[in-house]
Amino acid sequence: MLRIDRSIYDQIVAHARRDHPDEACGVVAGPEGSDRPERFIEMLNAERSPTFYRFDSLEQLKVWRGMDDRDEEPVVIYHSHTATEAYPSRTDISYASEPNAHYVLVSTREADTVEFRSYRIVDGEVTEEPVEIVGTDARP
Amino acid sequence: MAIEVRIPTILRNLTDDAKVVEGKGDTLAELFTDLDSRYPGIGARIVENGKLRRFINVYLNDEDVRFVGGLEAELKDGDNVTVLPAVAGGSL
Repeated sequence: MLRIDRSIYDQIVAHARRDHPDEACGVVAGPEGSDRPERFIEMLNAERSPTFYRFDSLEQLKVWRGMDDRDEEPVVIYHSHTATEAYPSRTDISYASEPNAHYVLVSTREADTVEFRSYRIVDGEVTEEPVEIVGTDARP
Repeated sequence: MAIEVRIPTILRNLTDDAKVVEGKGDTLAELFTDLDSRYPGIGARIVENGKLRRFINVYLNDEDVRFVGGLEAELKDGDNVTVLPAVAGGSL
């Protein structure tokens, strides 16, 4: 199960909406082994594409090093699909390389409905998991 | 000559969980051959058919090696190398 703060959930969705129709991507770091997504980090989509995303390699190095220095790991790796459902594509599965991460998919295909789903992707196998949003709802 | 190599989580099962290992070589290609001799299997996770795998990022002193000569990039004592799987995907 992915347990995530409302404020971080909102930031991920806002990023996905803002970059629509291109795919948005980023990570949420947390203390190693804690499984707690705490530090939201928006990443550039180096592809700037509606159908593909890739972290910029130098930005990724900087962010991964920052996590290393703080004894953090990528607890959540998120990206958006802008015309299809929030389910990992074959491409997503073949490139998934963080077996400890929750892979979050947000679909922005509907302007007024949020699709926010989370998966484990290990050795090419996808397992969906429940998402629990904790904390106060800041929306009016 | 010693080159420090940072290993990503997904390859640490090949390095007895070590985050950082040391290797040697005059070029990156030689370095990965050297690492593979002590951590069997690691070479093939980084290099394929004599080229860097497309979705593996390798950095030499914080430069993406694709821009500084790829596997032929020359190494000197004290250099540091970081290996990171690219984070990528898409909806197709």
